[in-house]
Amino acid sequence: MEPEAAKLLGAGLAAIGAGLASLGVGNVFAKYLEGALRNPGAADSQQGRLFIGFAAAELLGLLAFVIAVLLIFT
Amino acid sequence: MHQFTIEPLAGTGNWEIAGHNIAFTNSALWMLIAAVVLTVFVAGGMRRQLVPGRWQMMVEFFTGFIDDMLEANIGKGGRKYLPFVFSLFMFILFANLLGLVPLGIVGVHPFTFTSHFTVTGILAVLSFSIVLAVGFWKHGLHFFSLFVPAGTPWPMIPMIAPIEFISFMVRPFSLGLRLFVAMMAGHVLLEVLSSFVINGGNGGLGLGLLVGIPSLVLMIGIAALEILVAGIQAYVFALLTSLYINDAENLH
Repeated sequence: MEPEAAKLLGAGLAAIGAGLASLGVGNVFAKYLEGALRNPGAADSQQGRLFIGFAAAELLGLLAFVIAVLLIFT
Repeated sequence: MHQFTIEPLAGTGNWEIAGHNIAFTNSALWMLIAAVVLTVFVAGGMRRQLVPGRWQMMVEFFTGFIDDMLEANIGKGGRKYLPFVFSLFMFILFANLLGLVPLGIVGVHPFTFTSHFTVTGILAVLSFSIVLAVGFWKHGLHFFSLFVPAGTPWPMIPMIAPIEFISFMVRPFSLGLRLFVAMMAGHVLLEVLSSFVINGGNGGLGLGLLVGIPSLVLMIGIAALEILVAGIQAYVFALLTSLYINDAENLH
């Protein structure tokens, strides 16, 4: 296999990481909503933690995107 | 891609500091515009009327929002970081939103400078160095106990400390990278969808209806999502900055 083709294949495989991160982000919001519906009184105070979890889950998907970009353009 | 190219607008000739050219680029121009718009926005709301008008309500909403966030994350000592975190949040928010303004229809192409790692990296290093400065100023060398969480059994310390150290040193990198990639990915996505619309439209009536119209509908939705992402990313940047400052301010 030529190195260029392998790079592009690797970039395509990195897209799996972005998709998996979308599962993570969905899970964060789903669990938050589930908890918020059970105890609406405590929901507002936990919004900061919701976004921390969102940021952590999202970062891993963005890293997959960065790896794809690095593989394609370098 | 054209929307990410940095073009010098003035001073390519002899504006130099230590041998490096410091030309006034379109990135610098849009930073200046964001700063001016932000100054006008905040100055318009500082009339201190007893019964606030709409503008003053808007500015007070943002200051109150950041103040509440600092209060919740840092506690009583968080008030003194309000100017820094507020400027950071509003600057990033205005930069993200100004990059989305559809000025292209009148021929001016906005430049989203937060889609460049140089800019977001510097912002991240700025907040990271404030964390370091506050930590060493308040706690001295005791600040290094940040790498040993409270209640760690002593046999675990040689394992935990390097992990904590790495996770601490990665912070400015992940902070800058998140904002940069989120903004760049959004703009690339919009560009790809718009190329679908244009090429589908040029490909004839059938392709235009089959590809162009759904892409246009999707593009409108994604554009709305991008406005949301612009707000969320600015909020996440400010939130993580306040969390990191909390580590330095109240050493566990």
